[in-house]
Amino acid sequence: MPVEARDSSWSSVPTADSVASMRDRVRRRRRSRLWKLALLVALLLGAMAAGLTIGPVRIDAREFGALLLDWAGGSSATAVSESSRLVVEQIRLPRVLMGALIGASLAVAGAAMQGLFRNPLADPGLIGISAGAALGAVGVIVLGHRVFPHFPPAIAPYLLAISAFLGSFVATVVIYRLSLHDGKPVVATMLLAGVAVNALAGALTAFLTFFATDQQVRDVTFWLLGSLGGTTWMKVAIVTPCVLVGLTLIPLTGRALNALLLGEAEAMHLGFDIARTKTLVILFTALMVGAAVAFSGVIGFVGLMVPHVIRLAAGPDHRFLLPASAVLGAALLVTADLVARCVVAPAELPIGILTAVLGAPFFLWLLLRTKAAWQP
Amino acid sequence: MIAGKKIKVVRNERPILGGVDFRARPGQVTAILGANGAGKSTLLRVLCGEFTPEEGEVTFDGRVLTDWSPIELAKRRAVVPQSSALSFPFTVAEVVLQGRAPHANSHERTADEEAAIAALEAVDLAGALDRDYTTLSGGERQRVHLARALAQIGLDGKGKALMLDEPTSSLDLRHQHDVLRVLRRFADSGGCAVIVLHDLNICARYADKVLLMHYGRVLGFGDAKAVMTPEWLSIAYGIRVEAVDHGGTTFFFAS
Repeated sequence: MPVEARDSSWSSVPTADSVASMRDRVRRRRRSRLWKLALLVALLLGAMAAGLTIGPVRIDAREFGALLLDWAGGSSATAVSESSRLVVEQIRLPRVLMGALIGASLAVAGAAMQGLFRNPLADPGLIGISAGAALGAVGVIVLGHRVFPHFPPAIAPYLLAISAFLGSFVATVVIYRLSLHDGKPVVATMLLAGVAVNALAGALTAFLTFFATDQQVRDVTFWLLGSLGGTTWMKVAIVTPCVLVGLTLIPLTGRALNALLLGEAEAMHLGFDIARTKTLVILFTALMVGAAVAFSGVIGFVGLMVPHVIRLAAGPDHRFLLPASAVLGAALLVTADLVARCVVAPAELPIGILTAVLGAPFFLWLLLRTKAAWQP
Repeated sequence: MIAGKKIKVVRNERPILGGVDFRARPGQVTAILGANGAGKSTLLRVLCGEFTPEEGEVTFDGRVLTDWSPIELAKRRAVVPQSSALSFPFTVAEVVLQGRAPHANSHERTADEEAAIAALEAVDLAGALDRDYTTLSGGERQRVHLARALAQIGLDGKGKALMLDEPTSSLDLRHQHDVLRVLRRFADSGGCAVIVLHDLNICARYADKVLLMHYGRVLGFGDAKAVMTPEWLSIAYGIRVEAVDHGGTTFFFAS
């Protein structure tokens, strides 16, 4: 048995130089990520300020400043008119917050799904998760009062949220199971399963509208296109806990999702509890998407575009990708909602139309770019 | 250190492994040889716990695999797959640092960085830290994953095990030997290396023990010299294999 002589370069302690350069690299990356995150937060704050001040009732910078100061408990020389205060506090603020919460949910759900499915084309809207939630929600809108004739109207929004969550959860589990082949998710199957789930949920949703009144049909149609119109503080109060739970827990899976990108077996050999990660991701993306869809309808492509932009700017590390996607998603949706209510004022464009106009070409571009990568 | 007893695997009513016994000791390179479809990769996947056999049991360091906590096992044993599905643009440094995941709670970033660099130097990729993994060639990717495994358990093999499925399949001549030399050193420092191989000459040069498989059964198991005979290899591969001696080293070729 010939055994190689140990050569002198073999040593388990690397040169101090190369370690220092590695450490330098790691530190530089951490700093650049902090800057990027700060930039994104500034972008979000800017979008929120714009969302609060721009509209039929314009609020100038001084009045807005006075209002902010007032919220903070201080007092200002500039008086805030009662009508401005009412518009901002009762109409725009809940809407802006809702936009931020839902944008963050959709973007984080997209990023987490893409990690779980190990490909950048998974989007809650595209693979039928939103459609599942929509089916659940429409079911409650149309059939709720028939199934429970005596339920008090006050619990209707809760019922809507729960039903939408169940719909998105079932859709996620079905698609994930269908797309597995030998324990590995197959992209083509995932997209086709998504098409099928979308079609089935869409058909069932359309079927439900048969039993709806004219008013309900109009509600359902407008709502399926996605809109933040009609946001109230009560809806914000229901959505907030669902979204915050997801936004807190999903980023905890960042390291496990990174490992999962190597493959399921590889992640297992690195000591990760993959079953727990999968359950956590599926459960909480379903919760966030369900809550989002229940109160804002189907807003597509946010979950596709936002994580991709972040990946281009800072790489695929989920420990950064997930929080950064949340902030950018929030900024994007707040801005999109502002545009949606301004372009055809005094009417409103459904926000889903806007995100689709942006997102569909983006998806095609992404598809062409990655085509070569998943040809058998 | 790694042992399998009477392992049976049946898939689609077809027996893939029919009662295989396996042992790998620390300080040795144990190679699994055999023709395509002989069950080499399946055996390795059973031995590393990726799937549970219909019958038989696998132990690591004397304890049944399922009794190990995933983290404790990951600190002492690394597995390198034949090919990885990674298609996201991580840098080489990021992929290798992922090997440090089981040590995440130690808060010793310096140790992580040192382990990653040492591992990359061992596979001759220290200059590729910033390269995008998805732009690497197949051979470079295999070496990155080997480096990830080495970063995970460390280059010093004492009490550790390294399991690899055909790590040399996309490597050029020089890097094939580089990788096997890394394994050899790992074993010489007390590690237990288990490797699925195709190249008989590489195997003859670096392996201590050989398990020769044939249609899901063990044809021979023992010292490499004793198992790798032209007669047995001819049976295992279904083609006449001959051996020549060149300066004390035996070379095999099909005739």
